[in-house]
Amino acid sequence: MARRRTHARSHFTRRGWPLSAIVEFDSVGLRYGTGAEVLRDLDFRLAKGGFYFLTGPSGAGKTSLLQLLYLARRPTRGRIQLFGQELTDAPRDVLPNYRRRIGVVFQDFRLIRHLSAFDNVALPLRITGRSEAELEGPVREMLAWVGLADRSSARPPTLSGGEQQRVAIARAVISQPELLVADEPTGNVDAEMAARLLHLFTALNRLGTTIVVATHDISLIARTPGAQLMRLEKGSMADPTGSLRNPPSEGRSQ
Amino acid sequence: MSLSLLAGTEAERRLLPGGTLRGPTPYVIAIMTFAMMIVAAAGLALANAAGIVAGAVEHRYVLQLPDGSAPKLAAAVNAAKAVPGVTSVEPVPEAEMRRTLEKWVGTGGLGEDLPVPAIIHLNLEPNTHAARIGAALTRAIPGARFIAEQATVQPLLGSLRALRWLAVAMVLLMAAATSAAVVLAARGALDTHRQTIEVMHGIGATDQQVALLFQRKIALDAMVGALAGGAIAALALLLVGGGGLALASDLTGGPPLHLADLIALALLPVAAVLIATLVARFAVLSALHKVI
Repeated sequence: MARRRTHARSHFTRRGWPLSAIVEFDSVGLRYGTGAEVLRDLDFRLAKGGFYFLTGPSGAGKTSLLQLLYLARRPTRGRIQLFGQELTDAPRDVLPNYRRRIGVVFQDFRLIRHLSAFDNVALPLRITGRSEAELEGPVREMLAWVGLADRSSARPPTLSGGEQQRVAIARAVISQPELLVADEPTGNVDAEMAARLLHLFTALNRLGTTIVVATHDISLIARTPGAQLMRLEKGSMADPTGSLRNPPSEGRSQ
Repeated sequence: MSLSLLAGTEAERRLLPGGTLRGPTPYVIAIMTFAMMIVAAAGLALANAAGIVAGAVEHRYVLQLPDGSAPKLAAAVNAAKAVPGVTSVEPVPEAEMRRTLEKWVGTGGLGEDLPVPAIIHLNLEPNTHAARIGAALTRAIPGARFIAEQATVQPLLGSLRALRWLAVAMVLLMAAATSAAVVLAARGALDTHRQTIEVMHGIGATDQQVALLFQRKIALDAMVGALAGGAIAALALLLVGGGGLALASDLTGGPPLHLADLIALALLPVAAVLIATLVARFAVLSALHKVI
């Protein structure tokens, strides 16, 4: 690992990249099995504290890219660095510590069906060893924030799609992650709730969380001044201005 | 999440729903524990019987005289008593020999003029050179044969020892079968709860945290099964096996099971729970290593 880190640091310096990047992709490719590459030559950095929207047509590889970001997959080539650490070939037993620093809103919510909304939201805190007394307040507060205070004991199958999505978002942000990755987070909520969720993301971003949201919702992008756009097409990142390869080093981009 | 082996918090228990006795695991472990205890008890009883028999004849020898007439028997007894290293000399009474032989030759088959062979039981001092004593006796008593009683019971001892090892092999096979059943149960549980595992992994749970949930669930199932199987086996040994054990006790002149044996039998259900728990942990961790 030490040798890998040294290599990564020197690589970084050679490229002249600032140390504040939270995510760095270097010639990353991904293929499933022996099929064609679904992601090709991805070269970009996400600045710490940045707000990014990932767009692109269906099948462009957005979900695959997000899976690489939240460490659910390893790239088949290239190098990925997260939180300043080279994680491309990192041993699997070190990955949980990095995953705890990432909040994920899955497109299909991935709530645990037999757990209540409260237990689903509390899960990341329980995994990190928080006591029931410590987590009770924050979880109730988070459920109230997403408008589900009175549904805390309901199980996912009894919740509407929008409610499930809000539980998934609450679970992703409860531990105040350094990086929040959301796959179509407003796909099942009404405009008012979408605005509230966007407000939550913006508030988290102001607190220093880097946000990456995959979405088709143009209005969401329009309502987020300062956010940067990442466009994927056929597995390749469109970066006409070069700002993804060389973003500003501090705070929110732009 | 705490790393307690069996307790776990209420929240941890909610992660994998379904209490004990929901699947086949406790029943399989109950049956296996029952069978293991019965076979182990039989093996221990056989080992003890072999030990008692071997101990009883260890220093015992037989002097056979072809002509057991009273003067010759008396002379042989005196000669045997005179040999150093012989601690006791017990001639079988002539009447008893006649009764024994009548079983083969029939009543009246032995005339008064027909010589009846004699048998003299000898006990030797421990650590004496039996062959040397035997040679001295056969020199002093012409025509006598000196035979170790151990040689007579050797086929019986061989059978008892073989049965003991067979019992050990059967206990090990049943332990292996229990382990295989636990592996299947663990894999089934992993399939059933795949979504929960994926979510837990995705938000930073370690393999150990996930494995602990399954390990605890299977340990509880195993504990219920092992206790039930162990209790039934103990009852069966007391009620059904009691008669057989008493007979074995009468035949060998010693208790079929000692306190140490009873403790070993009582530890078998504990061993079954430990094996099941460790196998479950290993199976779950192996399966988890196949995902990123």
